[in-house]
Amino acid sequence: MNRRHLYALSALLIASGLSVAIYKHRVLGYPLLPEESASLWSIEGHLTFERHTVGPVKARLKLPHDPPGFRILREDFVSRGYGLTTEIVDDERIAMWAVRRANGQQSLYYRATVYRDRAAGELPAQPPFPEALELEPPFNEALAALLDTVRAESADVATFVSALLKRLSLPAADTNAQLLSTLATDDFERAQLAVTLLTGARIPARVVQVVQLLNSPHTVDARPWLAIHNGNEWLFFDPVSGASGLESNLLLWSWDSAPLYEVDGGIGEKLEIAVSARTEDALSLAERRATARDSAAVQYSLFQLPIPTQAVYEVLLMIPIGAIVIVFMRNFVGVKTFGTFLPVLVALAFRESRLISGVLLFALLVSAGLAVRFYLERLRLLLVPRLAAILTVVVLLMLFFSLLFHRLGIDTGLSVALFPMVIMTMVIERMSIVWDERGPMEAIKGGLGTLVVAMLAYVVMGIDVLEHLVFVFPELLLPLLAGFLLAGRYTGYRLSELARFRALGGPAK
Amino acid sequence: MLTAIGRAGVLGINRRNGDFVMRYNKRSLYPLVDDKLITKKLAQENGIPVPQLFGSLDTPRDIPSLNDLVAQQQSFVVKPSHGSGGDGIVVIDSHRGRRFWTCGGSVLLWAELAHHLENTLGGQYSLGGHPDRVMVEYRVKFDPMFNPVSYLGVPDIRIIVFLGFPVMAMLRLPTRRSGGKANLHQGAVGAGIDIAYGKTVHGVIGNNSTDEHPDTGAAIGGLEVPYWQQMLSIAARCYEMTGLGYLGVDLVLDEHLGPLMLELNARPGLNIQIANAAGLLPRLEYVQQHAEPALLPEDRVAWIQSLVNDRTAGWQSG
Repeated sequence: MNRRHLYALSALLIASGLSVAIYKHRVLGYPLLPEESASLWSIEGHLTFERHTVGPVKARLKLPHDPPGFRILREDFVSRGYGLTTEIVDDERIAMWAVRRANGQQSLYYRATVYRDRAAGELPAQPPFPEALELEPPFNEALAALLDTVRAESADVATFVSALLKRLSLPAADTNAQLLSTLATDDFERAQLAVTLLTGARIPARVVQVVQLLNSPHTVDARPWLAIHNGNEWLFFDPVSGASGLESNLLLWSWDSAPLYEVDGGIGEKLEIAVSARTEDALSLAERRATARDSAAVQYSLFQLPIPTQAVYEVLLMIPIGAIVIVFMRNFVGVKTFGTFLPVLVALAFRESRLISGVLLFALLVSAGLAVRFYLERLRLLLVPRLAAILTVVVLLMLFFSLLFHRLGIDTGLSVALFPMVIMTMVIERMSIVWDERGPMEAIKGGLGTLVVAMLAYVVMGIDVLEHLVFVFPELLLPLLAGFLLAGRYTGYRLSELARFRALGGPAK
Repeated sequence: MLTAIGRAGVLGINRRNGDFVMRYNKRSLYPLVDDKLITKKLAQENGIPVPQLFGSLDTPRDIPSLNDLVAQQQSFVVKPSHGSGGDGIVVIDSHRGRRFWTCGGSVLLWAELAHHLENTLGGQYSLGGHPDRVMVEYRVKFDPMFNPVSYLGVPDIRIIVFLGFPVMAMLRLPTRRSGGKANLHQGAVGAGIDIAYGKTVHGVIGNNSTDEHPDTGAAIGGLEVPYWQQMLSIAARCYEMTGLGYLGVDLVLDEHLGPLMLELNARPGLNIQIANAAGLLPRLEYVQQHAEPALLPEDRVAWIQSLVNDRTAGWQSG
């Protein structure tokens, strides 16, 4: 009668839980799997130069500025005695160091930690179409002829650029390209030549500089790369091979081809760029990212809690997962257990003692406890003192087993604290009553049911992925809650009933 | 329903709890049936015949008064007021001084009986271990007609009453295995009863069909339950008495007093379907769809009986 209400509530819970989790995963990058690691790149620019006499020095270094495909997590500058300012000039971010009196070998450091994020990066606005250009006589004709050939071989701007670059890289095949390629001697000049040629085709193009992120002990150099605009978006090309795209390990450092650094008042200036990969736990990366964004997700994250409290929640958050097993086994399968959530508590105890020794201990304690209970029965004790007596015996048995195992050199890793002794006492009492009233069969059935469900709950609660998911995304408990609400309206048969009422299903009709 | 038992209209536990017990039985009414002392008082006020209550023991201090309560009685029964499934019931056949003979013929010393009563008062048989009360009541002299099909104990009759309409019934016969108790899960024989005429049709023990009593060998089918009309009427009246829409009514047949209402159950078991070789669901749904709610108990009984005879009514009698 309240079904619609129930479905609406469940849908709301599922939607809100999942959307928060998806936001945390997609936007903040919280990992879905445990031990997922993200690649962090440490980039260090080391600018060195000398000054032989005491005097003022100004040094400028271009810095990566919202490079496409990467985010800068943090950056810092090491420059003893220098004043530092950074400014943004024409899509370029520039660090400017200045010192009034410098002498001898000078070292300036720029360090950045970046990580890959496909969606990141800000590209410059669309540039204006370049003016048509005129080259010196033999080259001008060669240019026009080459552009015509390439145009005939291409369909759009991207294929045009690719085809042009290929011709330039293999000049032997084309006399025009051969002639033009004499204008360039190194990669930078070749890239610049490509830009010139593209300007001839009225395609806006520029030489940009990229740094390849490779985990190597050697320093890396900035390489020229080609950025062209096709009227809709920026496209990138390798000026040497003509391949299109900006590979995932290329960091766009500068949007023009001018040198990355410049020193006034020093000589022998040199920039060494060193790159190293660092894998960091994706989780802590996400936390730092969220902190950087000042997201509410991090303010209400479990990781903000003190470590001991976190450890408690790591266990507590798994209890609803154990409850799934209980609901499934009781309402859908129809296994009988002692106490509703008792198997979950037993499963929690197994977490401490490991499964095999936990099961053995459970069996030992219950059977020894039962024997004591039957003996006490003959003494005709009243209920509560009798329960207290059994509890005491259970504690003593536990102590005895611990000492015995220790003497035998078996390390069971038993956590005495977590084994729910009071609960065990209740199991023993319930079981002995059932034993008396309904016979040993029923009692053993219930005991085994409890044990089997506890073992199953232990296995499910031990799944790393689940543990990770509920801890990192506690909001996933909301869809779980919805699942329980829906399970509460499950009025179909239990698996055990198919057997129980088997006789009715057979020949009728 | 895709399963074979679904086609047979078997009512499962989940469905019973979700669609019937929770929907038709108000939680606040449960104490009326969970506490057998309250049930008994209620029944007496409503003129429903019950075994006579000699007295009750509320605390361990009351235990010695048991002797006074039963001084005039040769036999009596002690039962926990909150017990379930017949647990904790002791039937005393006769007693002299400090010795009590149970119906099984064994002797209980006063100390043993007192210990049992103390445990019962302490909550051993009540749900959740809450302190309980002990009822001391008349021991039913069961009608000898059931002698051939009973082993010790008292056979009883369970009728499922839905919205005041008796929809299904069975006869429960104690066996040696059930220790003289009439509970199916303890090994008693269940025999389905034709709801209109009170004739047993078919027997089960555990989940298996049986046609004869395992201890006495007597045929189970074809027994005619006497006072059937009266029993249906008592069962139907329990609906007004408690207000519970889905109810199990347990009756016994006393040799001299006729049918007596023993206890009520707000979550009656489902084995009655096995005993009747029929599912409850079609009958419950039929009542949901076709029954007139404002009928008097006698009219409700008559309506159900008319359905069984009327082939066109669409009532499935199994």
